[in-house]
Amino acid sequence: MVAADSPGPPDTKVRMFRRERSIPLRSSAAALCNNLSVLQVPSRNLTHFGVVHGPSAQLLSAAPEGVPLAQRQLQAKEGVGVSPPLITQVHWCVLPFRVLLVLTSHRGIQMYESDGSVMVYWHALDSGDASPVQAMFARGIASSGHFICVGTWSGRVLVFDIPAKGPNIVLSEELAGHQTPITDIAAEPAQGQDCMADMVTADDSGLLCVWRSGPEFKLLTQIPGFGVPCPSVQLWHGTVAAGYGDGQVRLYEASTGTLHVQISAHARAICALDLAPEVGKLLSAAEDTFVHIWKLTRSPESGYTEVEHCHGECVPDTQVCGARFCDPSGSCFAVTGYDLAEIVRFSSV
Amino acid sequence: MSVRLPRLPTSRTLIGFLSQPPRCPGNQAGGRGGQAARPSATQPQVSSLASLISGTMSVRTLPLLFLNLGGEMLYILDQRLRAQNIPGNKARKDEWTEVDRKRGPVGFHQENYFIRPGSKKNTAEVLGTLLLYFTTFLKQFLAQLLRHGGISVLNDIISTMFNQKFMEELFKPQELYSKKALRTVYDRLAHASIMRLNQASMDKLYDLMTMAFKHQVLLCPRPKDVLLVTFNHLDAIKGFIQDSPTILHQVEETFRQLTETYGGLSAGEFQMIRQTLLTFFQDLHIRVSIFLKDKVQNSNGRFVLPVSGPVPWGTEVPGLIRMFNNKGKEVKKVQFKHGGNYVMAPKEGSFELYGDRVLKLGTNMYSMNRTVETHMSRASKNSTSPSQESIAPNPLAKEELNFLARLMGGMEIKKPSGPEPGFRLNLFTTDEEEEQAALTRPEELSYEVINIQATQDQQRNEELARIMGELEVTDQPRQSASKGEDLLAMMDEL
Repeated sequence: MVAADSPGPPDTKVRMFRRERSIPLRSSAAALCNNLSVLQVPSRNLTHFGVVHGPSAQLLSAAPEGVPLAQRQLQAKEGVGVSPPLITQVHWCVLPFRVLLVLTSHRGIQMYESDGSVMVYWHALDSGDASPVQAMFARGIASSGHFICVGTWSGRVLVFDIPAKGPNIVLSEELAGHQTPITDIAAEPAQGQDCMADMVTADDSGLLCVWRSGPEFKLLTQIPGFGVPCPSVQLWHGTVAAGYGDGQVRLYEASTGTLHVQISAHARAICALDLAPEVGKLLSAAEDTFVHIWKLTRSPESGYTEVEHCHGECVPDTQVCGARFCDPSGSCFAVTGYDLAEIVRFSSV
Repeated sequence: MSVRLPRLPTSRTLIGFLSQPPRCPGNQAGGRGGQAARPSATQPQVSSLASLISGTMSVRTLPLLFLNLGGEMLYILDQRLRAQNIPGNKARKDEWTEVDRKRGPVGFHQENYFIRPGSKKNTAEVLGTLLLYFTTFLKQFLAQLLRHGGISVLNDIISTMFNQKFMEELFKPQELYSKKALRTVYDRLAHASIMRLNQASMDKLYDLMTMAFKHQVLLCPRPKDVLLVTFNHLDAIKGFIQDSPTILHQVEETFRQLTETYGGLSAGEFQMIRQTLLTFFQDLHIRVSIFLKDKVQNSNGRFVLPVSGPVPWGTEVPGLIRMFNNKGKEVKKVQFKHGGNYVMAPKEGSFELYGDRVLKLGTNMYSMNRTVETHMSRASKNSTSPSQESIAPNPLAKEELNFLARLMGGMEIKKPSGPEPGFRLNLFTTDEEEEQAALTRPEELSYEVINIQATQDQQRNEELARIMGELEVTDQPRQSASKGEDLLAMMDEL
């Protein structure tokens, strides 16, 4: 529950997070939005990180103290004798029965086993309808049920049906709804009948499309943009959280598209949002070097989503390009920055 | 013996030269001018080399890269000219004719400089010749210095840079070369030819240009503002040539092309352009004294990102949460502490031909009389230094470069045997510093990837040799013996 209107800044809060030892990267992070993916492996007390450098992406596993244990470099697939194309994103998709690592580039979509060891699927982008002015690429990755959805430069979203095991992955559907390049996709497990919307897609014009997944995806609603890109979206309990290129964070009712909260959150473009689903914490990171953590609540009387600012952290002189919670309870998070060859970590005190 | 720097060949029919298919200047190229070079026949077998370009996020990036780097280069040259008390704007009508101006740089054929989607042109060739264009600026610049007894005009470089045909080609959508390739080839070319004896100054020029533009791109408030940075460069360039209506017109024509090309782009497209530029400058952490002194760069080579001052135009000062009910009515307003200290943007910079850009990024930071140093050490000393990967030769790049080396093999590189007349432009305050810099430049910045052999390889690409041949000059420079005559001698040696 949010405190009453406070004219000044919130009262002195105890410092909630402290900076931990950074994890060194073999090469620096590229200036891409959502340029950090985190996969928890609680059984082995390990965290996997994925960061895009440019033509390569780096995967590494780290123990809680931040010591990197295993590293792997992935390249975008290309023909022989040619420099590799740039990678746009890496993301682990946790499906009900398996985990796949998805890598998108200017050539296509690659899906690997979760450790990046075996590529199980390759989808080449079709340049057929690309005008010479447009660079084609895939970007925006999320899983919903047994589907993996990947956005493309044309605005189409490709839906892949993933079998329980093996490489027999099928492109099952292409979703039309966007006219400009997809930036990000978010999904959450269906919450029952009252929560029909379980996927949201965002694009370069700021337009959001809300979908219900299934054998056939259904477009539920469109939330118009403001001419500012929406580089990152999240979905939590039927609430869409969208971060924009003008530093704003907006929360919408997913099913209706009604705006509930507007936060003047950052002084520069937002590059990453993340959610800690267990506690309803939202993380926003921007090129202004700040990472903010927000607490989302459903107001008992009105039923609307409300927001409280929990914490702000500055990563000095770092144009943040990726940020993720490292556990479902939101007690620690990791940050990458353009040109920075390390993963900066914070954990709650 | 070294080949003399060319007198600009006014004897030829020059108008329309650029659009003509390449031909052989038999009157200048000496022995190798005999056979006409037919591009189709001499086109190298390059299928295995394919493209050197890194995949591209935005195909509209090259004009901005070229104009801004070129603008920074002009700032630096202007500053050094003033520091060395060389008048930069002496009016002059002889020798460099209007025809020359229209023609563009010596030996330049824009068809050779670009890659189009679907083009079969070899990338190494294209890259090499594009970079030649850059070095040709310097070469002509110094040729002018010499011819006029040490008097030069930025006009000529600017006229070359804004050559109409070249600009038209530049503005056609094309992919951006990978940084590693651009930098490595650039250095190779410089090392192999004109800057052989003065690598420190050449390195420094390139370092200053690239770090300055990196800073501007990084600090751009909005991605779209990279256009204002470009306009700041063009505005300053117009200041250099205010007495020359013809060149002024060229620059304004480029301005018009910029507006036409970029005026209609969305914020998302600008974001992609900015990301492409940042990818190009990634892992470049050279320290520059003017930045260190002004506290815009840290001692580790990373730029300072301020957390105060105006927010970008169209952005609200962070610190406010507003909540709405189902009807869209604001029901609650809560402030929070952002941590920065921002104010509203006073106004938006002008994207018109004339106007207040508001943004200062891209203006001439050397306009005050200051000396600028680069510190040649790689800043990051930790084990995660990206240089490990960046410096390790990419086998593909090496293959491409070796190919380029073969193409360039026809160029004779010889040291002049005796004192040569000429002029020397030093980018360091003193000669001692320059020598010191050359000695202390770390090994890792020396790009020991390949050697371009100056061999008389019969298989050399005749087309390139022809282009190189056109860079040669026939007339003898005026015997104005001044100190440090080596740079122009170097310039002659292509």
